[in-house]
Amino acid sequence: MSKVWKYGDSVNTDMLFPGKYTYTCGTAEEILPHMLEDLDPDFAKGAKAGDIIFAGRNFGCGSSREQPTVGFKAIGIKAIVAEGYARIFYRAAINQGLVLIECPEAVQAYKEGAEVEMDIDAGEIIIDGQKFNFPLLPKEILAIRDAGGLLAYTRNKLG
Amino acid sequence: MGKTFAEKVLAKRSGNDSVVPGQIVMIKPDHLLMHDNAAAITAKIKDDLDKHGVVSKQLPVIVIDHVAPAASEKTATNHQDIRKFVKKFDIENFFDVGHGICHQIVFEKGLALPGGIVLGSDSHTCSYGAVGCFSTGIDRTEAASLILTGETWLKVPKTIKMTLKGQLQKGVSAKDIILHIIGDIAADGATYCSVEFWGDIGQLSIEDRFVISNMGIEMGAKNATFPVDKVAVEYLNSIGLAPSDYDAVWADDDAEYYMEKEYDLSAIEPVVACPHQVDNKCLAKDLSDTKVDQCLIGTCTNGRLSDLVAAANILKGKKVHPDTRLLVLPASRKIYEEALDMGIIKTLSEAGGVILPPGCGPCLGAHQGVLAPGEKCISTANRNFKGRMGCKEAEIYLASPETVAASAINGRITDPRTVV
Repeated sequence: MSKVWKYGDSVNTDMLFPGKYTYTCGTAEEILPHMLEDLDPDFAKGAKAGDIIFAGRNFGCGSSREQPTVGFKAIGIKAIVAEGYARIFYRAAINQGLVLIECPEAVQAYKEGAEVEMDIDAGEIIIDGQKFNFPLLPKEILAIRDAGGLLAYTRNKLG
Repeated sequence: MGKTFAEKVLAKRSGNDSVVPGQIVMIKPDHLLMHDNAAAITAKIKDDLDKHGVVSKQLPVIVIDHVAPAASEKTATNHQDIRKFVKKFDIENFFDVGHGICHQIVFEKGLALPGGIVLGSDSHTCSYGAVGCFSTGIDRTEAASLILTGETWLKVPKTIKMTLKGQLQKGVSAKDIILHIIGDIAADGATYCSVEFWGDIGQLSIEDRFVISNMGIEMGAKNATFPVDKVAVEYLNSIGLAPSDYDAVWADDDAEYYMEKEYDLSAIEPVVACPHQVDNKCLAKDLSDTKVDQCLIGTCTNGRLSDLVAAANILKGKKVHPDTRLLVLPASRKIYEEALDMGIIKTLSEAGGVILPPGCGPCLGAHQGVLAPGEKCISTANRNFKGRMGCKEAEIYLASPETVAASAINGRITDPRTVV
């Protein structure tokens, strides 16, 4: 079963990945040990493929650094469900092929230990049997995410 | 119905007669800004570059500023990789260590034009709204793709109209205006939105506008833009750009806004953003019991000549309090040299300030000026996030250069109106 990691409002990029490592850690291997270092020291050790992140408003605010999205993708995070995202983080996540769900009702309904299921393509998330719908991305943008990220998409285009 | 600034620029640049908020458009930016992260960006597409090359040698603007000069073998190697890329692909706009902070360089070199579009792999790329340019931040992967294709998508944003009314009081500056606005609207109050500034803006210099546009991202904005008025035209003239060199765009009077806000500038007092969020607004006069271990004047927000002059006016003939330390980083070599000629650097040094090379370092804890656990820093930077200056047990307070200079004298947070 997916483990859920739950965080609050305005989790900024310094909390997700400290700025002091920005110019010394670029690859997934270098990034992973520092993920969420100043927010939740258990995350880097415990997060596994298929896990889900729940968060409040303005998730990923701050710097344009993309290491947090590269790290989440490398771990295999199934989806991030938040009340809202900062725009550069949102864009960076699409560019890594990461699934971001904006659904304040689902975040508010989630209580620790609740069972979470989702149908990403249908725009549905079910929390302890209660169904919530979230808006799907426009098809132009889904094409980037579904190619596995922007560089894969660009390479397909350039040939 | 009229159109907003963002709607007009994005329509013009996407080849559409008109666009509406929410619409996805394809655009080709005038420039793509990168800094030290150009090493990581170009490494992502090493093989693709060998196969396809760069889409245009005029597109990239690269400034080494974040860890400059290099602080370690790793960061020195990053710089070396960037220089190799620049030589190999004959990149036209490259500015090595010592030129200054990327946003200031783009500004000084006239690389951001009214009515133009600049994207940058740095969140403070929104700064060029000061000269009526549509500019916004992107991630490294997107920058890598742009080097190869020169093209990307943008979602047409909704727009917030902010009207600034009244006369700013003595001792209060542009930094106080934007910290006041962010405190009001909240750190996500303008998320995904384009922000336009209207009203009594003639009193704001181009440097003041840069401070305000620079911090647009701290309320979540995509871009934060001023009209190209007499002040902007005079600035552009001073860097060799005539009105015929650009195609300025501004919103129609009957444009449709998502939200409208009005701020009375005459009522704004010196503001401090307390730890650990930029919207945690307090007044300097209420924080006089807060001792500070470090005071920082500089960064892309407040490292320009007028900021150094404001600090020097307060610190002239005074000494930095023995229980604190003052760091000063001019935002560019040009500013550094002007400040030298004016005797500003000497004044700040005589007061006990440490003059650092033009660059970003301390602001993001990457290089110099790192804090120790339990320390407090008052800074003219744009972010006070936990851990931002290299230590998660330290605290950062954001303020104007006037407030930071006054605080350096007293070793405690000080309303600058009490020392002028």
